[in-house]
Amino acid sequence: MSRRSKAGGKPVKTRGRKTKAAHLDKSPAVREETEVVRLRRELDEALERQTATAEVLTVIASSPHDAQPVFDRIAKNAAPLCKAQFCYVFRFDGELVHFAAQSGYASTPEVFLTGYPLPPGRTSAATRSILTGAIEQIPDVLADPDYRHGSQAEVLSFRSIVAVPMLKDGCPLGTIAMARSQAGKFPDWQIDLLRTFANQAMIAIENVRLFNAEQQRTLQSWELSESLENLRAAQDRLVQTEKLASLGQLTAGIAHEIKNPLNFVNNFSSVSVELIDELRGALASAQLDGKLRAEIGDLADTLQANLDKVMQHGKRADSIVKNMLLHSREGSGEHRPVDLNAVVEESLNLAYHGARVEKQGFNITLERPYDPNAGDVDLFPQEITRVLLNLISNGFYAATERKSQTNDGNYEPTLAAATKNLGDRVEIRIRDNGTGIPPEVKDKMFNPFYTTKPAGEGTGLGLSISHAVIVKQHGGSIEVDTEPGKFTEFRIVLPRAGLSLLKSGERG
Amino acid sequence: MNLLILVVDDEPDVEVLFRQQFRRELRADRFTMEFAQSAPSALQCISQAGNASLILILSDINMPGMSGLELLPKAKAMRPDVPIIMITAYGDAEIKRKALESGADALFTTPIDFLMLRSEIETRVERTA
Repeated sequence: MSRRSKAGGKPVKTRGRKTKAAHLDKSPAVREETEVVRLRRELDEALERQTATAEVLTVIASSPHDAQPVFDRIAKNAAPLCKAQFCYVFRFDGELVHFAAQSGYASTPEVFLTGYPLPPGRTSAATRSILTGAIEQIPDVLADPDYRHGSQAEVLSFRSIVAVPMLKDGCPLGTIAMARSQAGKFPDWQIDLLRTFANQAMIAIENVRLFNAEQQRTLQSWELSESLENLRAAQDRLVQTEKLASLGQLTAGIAHEIKNPLNFVNNFSSVSVELIDELRGALASAQLDGKLRAEIGDLADTLQANLDKVMQHGKRADSIVKNMLLHSREGSGEHRPVDLNAVVEESLNLAYHGARVEKQGFNITLERPYDPNAGDVDLFPQEITRVLLNLISNGFYAATERKSQTNDGNYEPTLAAATKNLGDRVEIRIRDNGTGIPPEVKDKMFNPFYTTKPAGEGTGLGLSISHAVIVKQHGGSIEVDTEPGKFTEFRIVLPRAGLSLLKSGERG
Repeated sequence: MNLLILVVDDEPDVEVLFRQQFRRELRADRFTMEFAQSAPSALQCISQAGNASLILILSDINMPGMSGLELLPKAKAMRPDVPIIMITAYGDAEIKRKALESGADALFTTPIDFLMLRSEIETRVERTA
């Protein structure tokens, strides 16, 4: 594309540069022709200026994150348009004036590289325009009383300089300076042109600032949302832990208060059963008519049956109270380094045989993908075994439930217990292919006393105890992954040597 | 010889329960039982035991005022020959250690296993007889 077509051929208002001498002593035809030539030249010059500023705009548009190409382009375009030898662009950072770009030299002269940055001041046109925030002209550097760059002027071989500041709300962001080898003031049209370039440079600097600010904001908001996410997760854990801790204390208190009267209930009912036996023995030898004897016998039977019920429910209450106490008890037993695979294997066997004793015909396929490098872990073996027993028993329950619900003859209840060495941590996964956990249950399942099992089959404390043991006592984590009707997998991660860092038997 | 067992517990129903549990032994006069509802009154019982042969002290730990663990060394000082069994609802290792260090012969946790307690008592009774 040619330079002219870029300007679009729009009528352009031209400025100055009328060479009056050309009009003297010419015939009308010649004058007319000279006038045409003059207009033609003015139009060309205007087009050149338009093209030059349009080019800068193109660079601004293509480089929103870096103002340097804009400075380079301004320096390159400004000087030839004004028939000046040199053009310099400077940046001002609020304290010092920095050299940014130049044209007129094949490579940047040493004087810019070593002389700058400089504070705003009167010693050069550039620093002076930054100081005053106004256009500064030095028509003759040799005659200016404040100009201190005499040697520089000699080296650079110029006599006159003009500097036009880039202003943003009246504050200088930089300046564009143009220098010529001849002394004298710069014409207005050249200063106007420099002002246009200065505005463009200011826009470029603002663009970069906005671009960076936007990027920073995006980054910050991304970081913010990430840390918010982390914070939420931490808060959830904290709330859960705190809830468990305060609930632990509360339950311990309640459990102890309940335990004593409950012991009396259980003890008195069991001794009363014996007493009824004795009553029957005493009645046997008593002189009574048959009807009365039968009546008393019936009453004794009913009493006996009632006492059996009292004992049965008393035992149930007792096991709840015991679980409540376990829930609040921490640091019981000793922690020591134990073979992780051995602990998992022991728990698996205990749970399996326990389930077979409890439920006739119970069967399940067990898988043991143990990591041979799992190694020793410092933990409370009793507590971890209790957690694993709980998770494995739950897995057995879920798989058995699914088997009883499904019509699929090929369904095979399976439970896998896996271990994995994670370096300074270890992982245990307990996965069953049972009924899975619906989302509404998943949210609440670590809450104390939450159970989905029928009354009498679960206390609702198993998972809440497990959570407390893993998170609070061992400084580990417990997570669940599940799909209703497909599987449930508990993933426990324990620090390998975490307990030697925690205080032994620390209480919450 | 009149064999005596002292039971110390602030719960008055403990006496009722024990008298029913050991009704046969009490009826047969194998031993007698005395009940104290506080540690100070237990110490008074011990000092008054005199002629009766005190063969066993059972004491609850958690009592208002002087606790069972405070009673223990005092009772031991008065009757070093009499075994003392402590009873507690809190079966943790720390309490167990304290009780045994202070001279207790055993620590039972509630609910009391009366089969075990009966055999413990029988052993003492037969040893004295």
